[in-house]
Amino acid sequence: MSFNLTSEQIDIQKAAREFARGEFTKWAREADEKEYCPEVLYKQAAELGFQGIFFPEEYGGAGLGYLEFCLVIEEFWRVDPGIGQSLGSVVFGSDLLLTFGSEEQKKKYLPPITEGEAIMAAAITEADAGSDVTAVATRAVLDGDEWVINGTKMFITNGNLADYIILYCLTDPDNPSRHQRHSCIMVETDRPGFSANKIHGKMGIRASDTAELSLTDLRVPKENLIGERGEGFAQFMAFFNRTRLHIAAQGIGVAQGALDMATRHVKNRVQFGRPLAALQAVQFKIAEMATKVEASRSLLYRAASLADQGIFDHKLIAMAKWTAGETGVRVTDEALQLHGGYGYLAEYDIERFYRDAKIVELYEGTKEVEKQVIARVILGKA
Amino acid sequence: MKIAVFVKHVPDVAEADLEVAADGRTLKGAGLPFEMNEWDRFALEEAVLIKDEVGGDLTAFLIGDEAAEESLRRCLAVGADRAVRLWDEALSGANPFEIAAAMRGAVGDDNYDLILCGAQSSDYGYGMGGPLLAEALGINSVALVNKMKVEGSKVLVTRELEGGWGEEVEVNLPAVISIQTGINEPRYVSILGIKKARKKPIDVLDGAGVDLSSEGGKLVVESLQAPPLGEGAEFLEGSPEEVAERCLALLKEAGGVL
Repeated sequence: MSFNLTSEQIDIQKAAREFARGEFTKWAREADEKEYCPEVLYKQAAELGFQGIFFPEEYGGAGLGYLEFCLVIEEFWRVDPGIGQSLGSVVFGSDLLLTFGSEEQKKKYLPPITEGEAIMAAAITEADAGSDVTAVATRAVLDGDEWVINGTKMFITNGNLADYIILYCLTDPDNPSRHQRHSCIMVETDRPGFSANKIHGKMGIRASDTAELSLTDLRVPKENLIGERGEGFAQFMAFFNRTRLHIAAQGIGVAQGALDMATRHVKNRVQFGRPLAALQAVQFKIAEMATKVEASRSLLYRAASLADQGIFDHKLIAMAKWTAGETGVRVTDEALQLHGGYGYLAEYDIERFYRDAKIVELYEGTKEVEKQVIARVILGKA
Repeated sequence: MKIAVFVKHVPDVAEADLEVAADGRTLKGAGLPFEMNEWDRFALEEAVLIKDEVGGDLTAFLIGDEAAEESLRRCLAVGADRAVRLWDEALSGANPFEIAAAMRGAVGDDNYDLILCGAQSSDYGYGMGGPLLAEALGINSVALVNKMKVEGSKVLVTRELEGGWGEEVEVNLPAVISIQTGINEPRYVSILGIKKARKKPIDVLDGAGVDLSSEGGKLVVESLQAPPLGEGAEFLEGSPEEVAERCLALLKEAGGVL
């Protein structure tokens, strides 16, 4: 078992770090304040090859793995979580398409993403269906050669920006198994009956777009079904095994960024005639934070590298995601504490990181859901 | 056109504090993050721009150990066609004359029309590599160049002088040009570039063959010290606006600047 990154992985990590440091920092504060991510960044990220890292080359991707994608996400979030999420989520939903889509669908939908011509999304959550995805009520009914879709979706990343969205719909309400009632359908957002409303006032990752979707007699060809009808639940469970890797990388990135800031601050800030870093209480804090980050990182890299070998370890991935989320929240909290009163001011980036970190414990499965997944693998369905 | 660029792998001073090693004469390298020397990034970008404009091939050179190869991979990722690394343990802590001899050795019998390098390095900052290499090769040299254009067998350059002045110089090729920062905007490394770099060759030359015997004594570092802390240093605290205001007041008070 090798724990060393390859030289190519190191180069990718550095490329992402340089791009993020060079460009995100120009926009980060404004992007947070005004709740948007500048178009120029989407364009640059695509030109530099950061979109579609884990897509095979035949779909315009880099043909690399989840580990490489995680390295990029980590570096992006380390510099600015809001912009990191905006650029990292351009491919959101593609994992499902790659795993279950037809050859035709992959050829149609994936290359424009890598070229910076399209943004994707995946929509599951509804006002009354969050962690319980089997409660999703958005209805898709087959009418001749078309699906007719009606319903609403909540908290949809890229809802206003996406060119196409994978929609999790109720297609077979009468199926005796509640895990076989839903299907995934690709919806182009320029079709009549689609509307999106931006959700304002998020606590963190404010640069990233979030929307409420409304679908009214929206019609798509029946070929837009992804994979088999009634397999939506199983598909999304497989999907989460992939996207939780991305999210874990976010938690580690935001934590590392906060640790970087705290380290700089305690070395420079002089109190009682000495830098804060000379105080043992401060040293212990830094040591604890750094250890948490490294431990979370080890778990994620192991899970991601297994995924790249085709082994999606449900339990390990859930552990990596939960731990990374907690590390993000705890380390940003400690980093802010070390900044004292300054950390409470918007002109210090740690204030933003503190707000940004929380989402990692909420989306793509709350930390409680992750723990449930872990326990179920260990204990079975008790 | 045959173009070469020399790059150096140096400690990333933005990330880590430099410390003097136990010998008292060199910098401690262990455990520090390293990256390509800032000046060399501009030299590399200029070399790639020239190659794109006039055609030809670009070879990247580096004097350094295997870990330093990262900077050569960067060269390959942004457009160099091949890379050459020369190293020998004897070059560890070498003076600029010895490094220039190694650079000369790495170039060998290949006749390059244009050789670019950074005006100086961010670690020791001698700024001698380019001119000494030109001397060793017996070709023209211009240092501190902040603008350049290749025209046929000549290159038109602007050299940076004190006080914002520039000097325009026309040089016949072959020549070594030392590049100042700000001459261009170095590009970011792309994922595709990194993948392409993997397929390009990095030749490794044994530096043991380079004769350093006449160079060693030309410059001997006796000791290296961090600058002493100045007397009466004052840390300005407060919001950026308050700090700026106080700064302005202090400069006015001191006179001569504002």
